[in-house]
Amino acid sequence: MTPAEILNSLFPLGHDVTTHGNLSFGMGAMGTLSVHVIGAGGGGAIGVDEALQLAAHVLTLANSGDGRPILLLVDTSSQRMSRRDEMLGLNEYLAHLAKSLLLAEAHGHRTIGLLYGGSAAGAFIATALACGTLVALPGAHPEVMDLPSMARVTKLSIEVLKEKAKATPVFAPGLDNLAQTGAIAETWDPDAPLSDKLAALLARPRNGDDRATLGKVRGGRPKAAIIANEVVTLAQARG
Amino acid sequence: MSNTQKSWYEAGARERVAALVDRDSFVEFVGPERREISPHLAVFDLPVQFDDGIVVGAAAIDGTNVLVAAQEGRFMGGAFGEVHGAKLTGLLQAAKAMKRDVVIAFDTGGVRLQEANAGELAIAEIIRAIVQARMAGVRVVGLIGGRAGCYGGGGLIAGCCSTLIVSEQGRISVSGPEVIETNKGVEEFDSRDRAFVWRTMGGKQRMLIGGADAFVDDDVLAFRNAAIVALARPAVLDAKTLAAEQRRLQRRIARFGEAADATDIWATLGIDDPDSVPDMPADRFIALAAEHRESADDAR
Repeated sequence: MTPAEILNSLFPLGHDVTTHGNLSFGMGAMGTLSVHVIGAGGGGAIGVDEALQLAAHVLTLANSGDGRPILLLVDTSSQRMSRRDEMLGLNEYLAHLAKSLLLAEAHGHRTIGLLYGGSAAGAFIATALACGTLVALPGAHPEVMDLPSMARVTKLSIEVLKEKAKATPVFAPGLDNLAQTGAIAETWDPDAPLSDKLAALLARPRNGDDRATLGKVRGGRPKAAIIANEVVTLAQARG
Repeated sequence: MSNTQKSWYEAGARERVAALVDRDSFVEFVGPERREISPHLAVFDLPVQFDDGIVVGAAAIDGTNVLVAAQEGRFMGGAFGEVHGAKLTGLLQAAKAMKRDVVIAFDTGGVRLQEANAGELAIAEIIRAIVQARMAGVRVVGLIGGRAGCYGGGGLIAGCCSTLIVSEQGRISVSGPEVIETNKGVEEFDSRDRAFVWRTMGGKQRMLIGGADAFVDDDVLAFRNAAIVALARPAVLDAKTLAAEQRRLQRRIARFGEAADATDIWATLGIDDPDSVPDMPADRFIALAAEHRESADDAR
């Protein structure tokens, strides 16, 4: 689906989302409840400039006091790989964006990431993965690192990696693999109205970070929830 | 380096914890005796480590109770895998519940690629746990000066800490030098030019632009002393903090966005002889930085 098709399916009552380069901003109408929309699209990289522009908008919403949900539409590549961005401290800019999204959530805004294209590495962490709930459309293609680069780093051939990927979802790129680790709450059917899906999601209360539990149930992360919970228990008992 | 110093860079995770905390105060959680190894490395026929490359526990630093984590950069480059990440997530979730400050000794290349999806998600969970702990009033102090530096998602986690203490060896960035060179070419980033790498993302550059808050010599006791100071500082994270960070990061782009090299940034900061910075001993650098650096006080 194109961003325009997605917005029309999400907001049949209308929206005023406008696009500036790869970023877009606006609101979508949902009856009595309107939703803020932020887009990081076009398959673009997130560098210091984009991260700061997105964070500025998120902080404005977080401080608005309107408590409306924030929907983040994501189709990016990775963090911008450049001398300039790293020299300027890209890690701080991406962290700032993630913190801004988490502040908005603490101020009562539901934050929902909708992954409809790509997203990778640091850009994925600072956008989609910093939302309270992450959903996806079929065809979304998140990745930590592409298989050719992974082959170089792990010194294994792409053929060997592809073979190993059949045995485990834990390292290979792709929506299904990420979903099995618990990163993606639901994948939405693009042929049904997305407005219904969004309304249903917003009607369900969200309690805490349940991604480790999801990963255990789905089999992609057998140990994360158990280990984290045990550390919490031990720290409280003996710390 | 005098004989009384012990290098932070050369030390392992357990040596760093031992040097940081008060004698006999450390209690480890889910330690190596539990053999909670990565369930994923066997697929790649890779060796495992019984603590999965991270030590987490409770201790006291100068009499103050804290939670402590230290990554082992010599195992899988200190990278975040499922178990490794879950131990840190749990520690941070406990910190929020207990209102207990946390000290994290980073030493990481980022996500462990053999379990990339689990590692990436662990980093997202850690960031969420840090921010929620900080919004509850907890300090999260990061120490960076190890072999692996603090790269990839580790850099993002560091950017969420309330205070960062670095040594010259404390390289912080998202994409590593080799990754940028592989993707964008050697003209963009020459990963083998060590001096260039260090002045672009090393501890001195981070200290001067406000990417870190304290600079120390490569000495375990210097890290401990700086941690004691950091644990006494107020560290609020709220709307005001992030508004200040927004202005701070905006100003950085406005001031330094056109700089071609870190030495241009240092000259803009008013440093007379920027070429002398890389070889400058820590004490002289700290004095120079105090006079010229951008600070991130109350804006991180």
